[in-house]
Amino acid sequence: MSTPQTLFDKVWNAHLVRPETPDTPAVLYIDLHLIHEVTSPQAFTELRRRGIKVRRPDRTLATMDHSTPTTPRNSLGIIPVIDPQAINQLDQLRANCAEFGIPLFELGSANQGIVHVIGPEQGLTQPGLTIVCGDSHTSTHGAFGALGFGIGTSEVGHVFATQCLLQRKAKTCAVRVDGRLNPGVTAKDIILAIIAKYGIGAGTGYVFEYCGEAIRALSMEERMTICNMSIEGGARAGMVAPDDTTFEYVAGRPFAPQGADFEAAVARWRTLPTDDGATFDHELTLNANELVPMITYGTNPGMGIPITGVIPLPEELPDAAARQTLDKALAYMALEPGKTLLGHPIDVVFIGSCTNSRISDLRQAAQFLAGRKIAAGVRVMVVPGSQQVKAQAEREGLDEVFKAAGAEWREAGCSACLGMNDDKVPPGKYALSTSNRNFVGRQGPGARTLLASPLTAAATAVTGVVTDPRTMLDSL
Amino acid sequence: MEPITTFSANAAALPTANVDTDQIIPAKYLKVTDKSGLAKGLFEAWRYLPDGSLNPDFVLNRPETAGAQILIAGDNFGCGSSREHAPWALTSYGIKAVISTSFADIFRSNSLKNGLLPIVVDAETYHELVSICEEDPTVELTVDLATQRLMLPGGRAVGFPIDGFSKHCLLNGVDELGFILSAEDAVAAYEAGAPRTVNTQG
Ligand code: SF4
Repeated sequence: MSTPQTLFDKVWNAHLVRPETPDTPAVLYIDLHLIHEVTSPQAFTELRRRGIKVRRPDRTLATMDHSTPTTPRNSLGIIPVIDPQAINQLDQLRANCAEFGIPLFELGSANQGIVHVIGPEQGLTQPGLTIVCGDSHTSTHGAFGALGFGIGTSEVGHVFATQCLLQRKAKTCAVRVDGRLNPGVTAKDIILAIIAKYGIGAGTGYVFEYCGEAIRALSMEERMTICNMSIEGGARAGMVAPDDTTFEYVAGRPFAPQGADFEAAVARWRTLPTDDGATFDHELTLNANELVPMITYGTNPGMGIPITGVIPLPEELPDAAARQTLDKALAYMALEPGKTLLGHPIDVVFIGSCTNSRISDLRQAAQFLAGRKIAAGVRVMVVPGSQQVKAQAEREGLDEVFKAAGAEWREAGCSACLGMNDDKVPPGKYALSTSNRNFVGRQGPGARTLLASPLTAAATAVTGVVTDPRTMLDSL
Repeated sequence: MEPITTFSANAAALPTANVDTDQIIPAKYLKVTDKSGLAKGLFEAWRYLPDGSLNPDFVLNRPETAGAQILIAGDNFGCGSSREHAPWALTSYGIKAVISTSFADIFRSNSLKNGLLPIVVDAETYHELVSICEEDPTVELTVDLATQRLMLPGGRAVGFPIDGFSKHCLLNGVDELGFILSAEDAVAAYEAGAPRTVNTQG
């Protein structure tokens, strides 16, 4: 009998053009290469310099998401771009895609959106594939049992030229989440809790495989939220074994296999889950039964606490380096150790990003905002992850719910997740954000970010202060 | 890429853990379509005061360490975003090596492709290096890639690990793309045998 293999082993082995040796890394074939305007231009320049074509434009797809504005359309139905540098970046992507024959989801067109939202929704993200993008949250695609990971711009050039990457095989780490989530507790809370428990470097050198009863019970969109933030735990990729939930989600999407091809694909996909008896190099665990909504207080995603808890005291920390990190973070955040975050005033609520901008996230947020007004003085931005998500939300009337509550309903894009487009959190202001990073200046210079779930964000939008969403469940 | 062999340079200590790539180079500098202007944005939030003047307290702004080419930084350096602009910013500023107890995976990979050496040392050596820099900010360290050794003042040598292939590329100025391109026959054979799963054009 052959050696039992993990999901990661199977996907890895199936893509080996050449295995690794002590002297040379493996040559790994890449099935799908997603690109965006920020991390691709220098790679195209390199292709031109060497006179090389894109080997497989039919395995490449471009979108515009990072530097794009999300301001509502003007009277001509156009999303106006004003920043000259953004205009240049978008123009270059257009020109590069035209020159090299790469399909592009143009700003404002029906399929455009955040790169990690569009792959799955188009049915391009499928079990067993290798998927890369010059973007660390490519880990999102692992929710389908694909191996998705972020690469640098040099590697973007390698994939353009050869459809391959040089890689050393990562170690494997099982992340077992047992139990069941309680009402008001979400997939976002699972991943924030894992990172708070084990730290932001725990996954370095590993590929995570999320497993256990709680993971099985999640929808695809919830699994994407978890895999998305694998990189915040240090792991370049995070995977979930595909199952019927996965196949149902992929079925019928535009780029998914159809008919008999789909049946054949499902038969292949059913062989992907980790074999009984396969071993992992490491294991992390979490119990979903005990989980409450999570929130971050500091300047990295590992600085998180249960929303009912208090900010740690320096003396509780293991070493001087951790105390120094805490001191610096709390000075930046203007927060005090030993205090609760509940009741802390918030200036901006951001519901969006590749972590939490899908239709189910917007539905959750809309539940709390229906028939209510957002608190006075709070700016609430709701930014769908893609034009498809936006259109679906509008079919369901969610846009009307948000607007009636006083929130902004914007165009699709990365928006206030990172401070490189017009959507920024002002210096010194507090943002309750459903995104994935709370680094110093991430949402704009001096911005103070608290990461949490869409439910916590919506509850907070109503009260204007950090609010445990479970206190609002009864009123639904 | 220029081959790297042995070099000696002043080292500056930035004893902060989890320096993320948003700190190394903030997103607003990512709007370039080439590699220009990145040195200016390196460590922007720490290097400059709110009025835009240089922060005299930041290590790279102190006269003794202004020309440092080696950076000693806390654990998990380069975490967060995959932006290759981070090693581009560091190298265009003049940094040739970063010494830490660990590096985030994507940053390490990006650095090796840009002639920036990520040198991993144990915690004890890291603390020793930080105190050496604090005692004598003008201190010079020597990095010898061929023998994978870091020479401390006083003659102590510390070994460091590096992937053999990366070492070969750095020592000889070989670029990885050339290496993969030479596997063309194997790539074509793989494509002929693999199931057709993705077509973004159809
Ligand atoms: S939404 Fe944020 S994390 Fe996701 S791809 Fe965009 S900038 Fe990156």
